[in-house]
Amino acid sequence: MELKNKATVSALGVAFAALLVPGLLAGGEALALPEGIETVKVAPTSKDHPLDEILSGWHFRSPETQALQEDDFENPAFLWVEQGEELWSTVEGAANKSCSSCHDDASETMATAGANMPKWNEALGKPVNLEQQINHCRTERMEADAWKWESTQLLAMTAYVRNQSRGEPVAVQTDGPMKPWFEKGKDIYYTRVGQLDMACSSCHEGYYGQQIRADRLSQGQTNGFPTYRFKWQKIGSLHRRFKGCMKNIRATPYKVGSDEFLALELYTAWRGQGLPVEAPAVRQ
Amino acid sequence: MQSRHTTGLKLFASLGALAVSIGFAAGAVAAPIAPQDVKIVDHKIDASLTGAAGNVEAGKKWFKGRKAGNCLACHENSDMASEAFHGEIGPSLDGVAGRYSEGQLRAILVNSKAVFGGETIMPSFYRANFGHRIAKSFKDKTILSAEQVEDVVAYLKTLGE
Ligand code: HEC
Ligand code: HEC
Ligand code: HEC
Repeated sequence: MELKNKATVSALGVAFAALLVPGLLAGGEALALPEGIETVKVAPTSKDHPLDEILSGWHFRSPETQALQEDDFENPAFLWVEQGEELWSTVEGAANKSCSSCHDDASETMATAGANMPKWNEALGKPVNLEQQINHCRTERMEADAWKWESTQLLAMTAYVRNQSRGEPVAVQTDGPMKPWFEKGKDIYYTRVGQLDMACSSCHEGYYGQQIRADRLSQGQTNGFPTYRFKWQKIGSLHRRFKGCMKNIRATPYKVGSDEFLALELYTAWRGQGLPVEAPAVRQ
Repeated sequence: MQSRHTTGLKLFASLGALAVSIGFAAGAVAAPIAPQDVKIVDHKIDASLTGAAGNVEAGKKWFKGRKAGNCLACHENSDMASEAFHGEIGPSLDGVAGRYSEGQLRAILVNSKAVFGGETIMPSFYRANFGHRIAKSFKDKTILSAEQVEDVVAYLKTLGE
């Protein structure tokens, strides 16, 4: 019954989207943008930005993949968002609290948080990304166990929280205490690694828009994460994607949740500064 | 003086080739040159890495194989039109034998950086352990073996005008 309802709403949604959502001209074809997103292309805000146009990964995907992301009822990642919504008000841990005990209505309290991560955490003396902040709240505020990296719960909560910030332009702090982390991330981004001897920049800066065998290279932007991938048959974290790219060039990847990937996350977020958050995106 | 020297070298090279072909016939192939001993002079490596000529059919296989050269990931090649998905990162390799000599092609494959400069995205296929964080299973290994490089060179030589 519920499913049938969704299908009807979904069909309606598509019709409306086609009429109302501003079109983006790609290859002469006007395409509907993902729900809640006004643009997938912005101009760099700082002079020393290495790119002259900043494009969401959505821009580079096939029309079929784009269509799946256009509509929340079709987007397979919403299974995780719905699960995250349930967990939001689930009481757990010795403090007898749920996320909503402190943060109330996520659509209000989390309306920007997903666009500003990683963020400096004074108590920890280091930046935290969304996954780490969620776990920090679980262990320190709820007195519950941390969720494992890439567990269904952590992915679901990350997707749910970041989805509340959809449409909000990515804006991370890179100065002050964040500066050394930014520099470290930049260093990792430009360092060649692996038997194939490539850096992130080799593919995502030099050749975006071009075909690398069956894949069309994007700028490696992060505004869509966590992302549903056909290849994974599920939703996955940004760090999992970083790991995959490093493995493809036959390098020993850093660990998910490591300081190195955190620094890289900060730096890559800055490369997409201004792009609207699209989470959860759909990718090939 | 110089030309005599060259002639001497040529004679030496053909003797070498003769020795190799005899060796090959007898089933005793000399060990291929180690990656660290290969010298690139004037963007060329004239001598075969194995001492023998490569095999064109095998070269085709390494050219398209995703776990081998995976050249198609970055290069278009009309000779392989039946293969899906040709990359667009590097130039098309149509007619490449008309643009480069055998020695130049070998050098490009062995160490693309020595030919195109350090910034190139093209991997070096016969160099070992020069990079950072090389995954354990690829440590001390080249992407292609000396035989495979020779096979690919032999195949590239068939891509004439
Ligand atoms: C006992 C109260 C409490 C509970 C329960 C709690 N948090 Fe928090 N949360 C905080 C406080 C306080 C902050 C401010 C930053 C800090 O000190 O960590 C915060 C910050 C955050 C932020 C960053 C917000 C921003 O604008 O940067 C996120 C995201 C977050 N919490 C998610 C969660 C989630 C998800 C849960 C449930 C798993 C949860 N929190 C449970 C108190 C709580
Ligand atoms: C050999 C080329 C190559 C290298 C090197 C590489 N990647 Fe990728 N990356 C890809 C391909 C192919 C994809 C999938 C298509 C796309 O989005 O570009 C991808 C996807 C991504 C995505 C997902 C983008 C999206 O919108 O879904 C991110 C983020 C990313 N890469 C980051 C990195 C980082 C960080 C590094 C360095 C550690 C790196 N990549 C190195 C080829 C590469
Ligand atoms: C990751 C991408 C990539 C891969 C894989 C790759 N190449 Fe290249 N190749 C390039 C690029 C890019 C150039 C152009 C030089 C430059 O701009 O750095 C090039 C140049 C060449 C050239 C010179 C072509 C010309 O017309 O100037 C040859 C020959 C060549 N590659 C052969 C190969 C072969 C054979 C393989 C597989 C064993 C291979 N490449 C794998 C990226 C690649």
